[in-house]
Amino acid sequence: MRIIIIGAGVIGTAIARELSRYETDVVLLEKTADVANGTSKANSGIIHAGYNADFNTLKGKLNVKSNPVFDKLCADLKVPFKRIGSFVVGFNEQDLKELKKKKENGEKNGLNNLEIIGRKQLISQEPNINKNAKYALYAPEAAIISPYELTIAYADNAVINGAQVVLNTEVYDLYFEDGKISGVKTNQGEIKADLVINAAGLYSDKIAGMANDEFKINPRKGEYHLFDKEYGDIVNHILFPMPAKNSKGILVLPTVHGNILIGPNAYDTNDKDELSTTNKGLDEILKGARRLIPEIPEKGIITSFSGLRAALDSGDFHIDFSKNKGGLINIIGIQSPGLSSTPAISEMVVQMVKDYSNSEKYNLKLKKDFKQENPKLPHYYEYEEKEKVDEWQKIVKENEDYGEIICRCEHVSRGEIIDAINSPVPAQTIDGIKRRTRASSGRCQAGFCGPRLLKILSDQLDIDPLQVSKKGSGSQILKARSKQLILEKTKQDKKAGDQ
Amino acid sequence: MEEHDIICTGCPKGCRVTVTVEKDEITDIKGFECPTGKEYAINEYKNPTRILPTTVRVKEGEFPLVPVKTAKPIPKSLLLEAMKVIAEKEVIAPIKIGDTVIENILDTSVNIVATRNIEKK
Amino acid sequence: MKNYKIIVIGAGPAGLAAALQASKDGIDDILVLERDKYMGGILPQCIHNGFGLEYFDQELTGPEYADKFIKDIDKNNIKVLTETMVLNINQDKIITALNKSNGVLKMKANTIILAMGCRERTRENIQIPGDRPAGILSAGTAQRYTNIEGFIPGKEVIILGSGDIGLIMARRMKLEGANVKAVLEIMPFSSGLVRNKVQCLDDFDIPLKLKHTITRIEGKKRLKRVEISKVDKDFNLVEGTQKWIDCDTLLLSVGLIPENELSKAMNLKLHPVTGGVYVNENRETELKGVYACGNVLHVHDLVDWVSEEAEIAGRSAAEYLNGNQEKRNQPIKITPEKNVTYTVPQKIEYKFKDKKFIKIFLRVEKPMENVKIVFSHNEKSILSYDKKIVMPGEMVTVNLPAALIKNDMEEIKLSIVEKVGEKNGRT
Repeated sequence: MRIIIIGAGVIGTAIARELSRYETDVVLLEKTADVANGTSKANSGIIHAGYNADFNTLKGKLNVKSNPVFDKLCADLKVPFKRIGSFVVGFNEQDLKELKKKKENGEKNGLNNLEIIGRKQLISQEPNINKNAKYALYAPEAAIISPYELTIAYADNAVINGAQVVLNTEVYDLYFEDGKISGVKTNQGEIKADLVINAAGLYSDKIAGMANDEFKINPRKGEYHLFDKEYGDIVNHILFPMPAKNSKGILVLPTVHGNILIGPNAYDTNDKDELSTTNKGLDEILKGARRLIPEIPEKGIITSFSGLRAALDSGDFHIDFSKNKGGLINIIGIQSPGLSSTPAISEMVVQMVKDYSNSEKYNLKLKKDFKQENPKLPHYYEYEEKEKVDEWQKIVKENEDYGEIICRCEHVSRGEIIDAINSPVPAQTIDGIKRRTRASSGRCQAGFCGPRLLKILSDQLDIDPLQVSKKGSGSQILKARSKQLILEKTKQDKKAGDQ
Repeated sequence: MEEHDIICTGCPKGCRVTVTVEKDEITDIKGFECPTGKEYAINEYKNPTRILPTTVRVKEGEFPLVPVKTAKPIPKSLLLEAMKVIAEKEVIAPIKIGDTVIENILDTSVNIVATRNIEKK
Repeated sequence: MKNYKIIVIGAGPAGLAAALQASKDGIDDILVLERDKYMGGILPQCIHNGFGLEYFDQELTGPEYADKFIKDIDKNNIKVLTETMVLNINQDKIITALNKSNGVLKMKANTIILAMGCRERTRENIQIPGDRPAGILSAGTAQRYTNIEGFIPGKEVIILGSGDIGLIMARRMKLEGANVKAVLEIMPFSSGLVRNKVQCLDDFDIPLKLKHTITRIEGKKRLKRVEISKVDKDFNLVEGTQKWIDCDTLLLSVGLIPENELSKAMNLKLHPVTGGVYVNENRETELKGVYACGNVLHVHDLVDWVSEEAEIAGRSAAEYLNGNQEKRNQPIKITPEKNVTYTVPQKIEYKFKDKKFIKIFLRVEKPMENVKIVFSHNEKSILSYDKKIVMPGEMVTVNLPAALIKNDMEEIKLSIVEKVGEKNGRT
């Protein structure tokens, strides 16, 4: 049985990994040059505790069910993950009432270690918090994760277990036989399928539309600032303000790599590729964050970016079979806490796949040799953090490429970059290397390592340096070889002269 | 009568010196604040010249380019023409600093010389 | 653990000059650590001329300037490890570095000379909003591609920032056949040398737009266009002046930041204006036996001054090792006042012995003509130099004669004031 998953975001890759446990043919199609290239690459990176959503909603259930799974999952997949806890910060008695409501809701959801703390305790935990903060709802189970690294790790594990990830492949249409799915049409040709899972994120409404299932995704943009590690200890927990109408408000949190992230705001947009930042937005998130941490240093910003939430009007997730066609599962409207819910979402979808395959007389059998874990690759920064730099010597002795630092800011070696290019889902772009190794994500933003990464990519992939791109075709870094422009012009002038 | 504005590069002040010319003869110079400015403006009007620093492509070298320059200043008006000649040239490593890479560029009797050692790969 | 008398971090112009000077002063056990595969730092990619007029009294290109030092380094048998990245230095002067052939290297030094240079400010540092396409790079990175790697990063180019690197790259891209559409500068004056403005822009009719900046970037994959806007004297955007310019490449030349990660690892405090560490007249940092020179200390506009400053550091390190230094009873603070943004050094700490003067580097806040640079003590002028013009883009160097410094002094102030009643004074 062949199962096609459309979209290699965190949902598509998580499902691919779960399905790769079975004796079946799993093909994951992605229209861009890498996995984790949409919503999964630009969000807050939080595994929520689960006190926000109503337990009666799908997202409420799936979030609470997923949260405890992450420790083992991340250990297996070698994804950085830190259970640091969160505070929702209140400033007055009205806020306190809201916090109590949240706590009650959380308790209904089965969270029994939520706690409302007062100012003294809050300040002792977060010394840089706004001095006017009075209360906070503490959720010890909230955690931080790198969302794109999780996505990449899911995809790598799926590939290790036999799934195929096909990049640069965009689905134009679905085709059916007798009311049942029989394949997809792509820019790379047709691919047959017995079951299609629509995990196309922002475009999941468009894919659903190909089966006449009507949905409308309303992209909602959120902008972020990322701060230099130098300011990494300015907060210790995830800090939420009291929630706004369309979002959880502008938060301040540490990242798993020791930076500080602030954002997002929330703006509806019609354009699903609209990822620009604006002066207004960037000011807004800085102001918002300063309500929590007044001393946030503007000069510490090392990058600003935005992401799009793939929101449905209902506000809830939609995970169900197509109403019109057989063999199509639609996963639509996965916004926060979508990342937090991936284990339960994929489990739920796999159950649906099993049910469908049984009804179609396919028998999904578990593989005997499923590999639960991703291999542990060496990362210099981990040795540095643990103050075990001397042990890196062994790694260099085995392979000298680990002895050459390519990214000066994040201390990433050539060996780590080559590993990323040779990983199960290979990094083929500068951004792909960045997300797998952190090279170029530091304070100089590729000023130093840019030319070096380009050379490594061109050597390892055996492609012309002019073809090396930031994020796939059309985003090549270089325009010409030395003297090429002059020689072309001379030729043109000569031709014009001859005529 | 025509006037030419020339910015003196003799010091950070960058005086704007106006050279007035009648029938190819300089009749007046205004705006300089020191003798350097006057001298600069006369030269810059009569025969503006520049050193041209650029690169030449290298085969079999540790680097694909060798930096070069005109050994002496050449007329400013020839800079882009000179680049066309330089663009055609390709040299083979090794190259020593000071080596002549192109002789007598555009009949100026000025050579293009290497400004860095490039070893063989 | 291997021990060296001097370890120099960085084989750029500062590191090389410092190592050479210390070697000339009799120190034989010097190691220079360099992360690139060649010596010379940024100089080999600065293929333009204009170097060396102060130091060698002849005009050289960057690679030629570097070559003069590299030759001497070889001649004096100074040990240089290239492709070696220093990853940490602690307060006990233990250095951790990494390279391919040795792996993790741990070394101890009696003295350390910090010469790590500087890095370029990024789009993020100045927060230009918009898309995040390919085609936006720092002028220095573009320079490396163009002059070392053999590739041209763009065909239709806009340059933000009229500092020297921006101006030099405008000409460089133009000579390589690209269309350089404009250089934008947010200040009302070019921050580069006049000579560069004339020879890099005017010679090729490249427009310089003063009081302009970029307010938006557009392009999903590759840069498509930028929005430029005029700014008023407080750098606020002037509404209605926004204009889109099509381009595939934006080069940023928006300032340099001393690269002090390793200084921070040693817990050295950074100066809020220079971005470098605090030093005394020997270019010695707050940690005894640790020196800093060149762009890691403060950003220079001429490499010639870097070489000179590095020699002070190299000489001082040698004196320290030879036990040939004696502290004053009390240090003398050097305080910047009117129109002086900073001075290097920030204090005088040692007795002069045979030193005739100390060299002070300073920068000004705003351009001024016909000025006096005044040293004063207890509100009384003790020395002044005339200068025709001072500009923020050009570092000023002045000598403070040893003879003027008295033992009981606690503070010397430096200010720049208008000269009254005189015109066209020359220095």
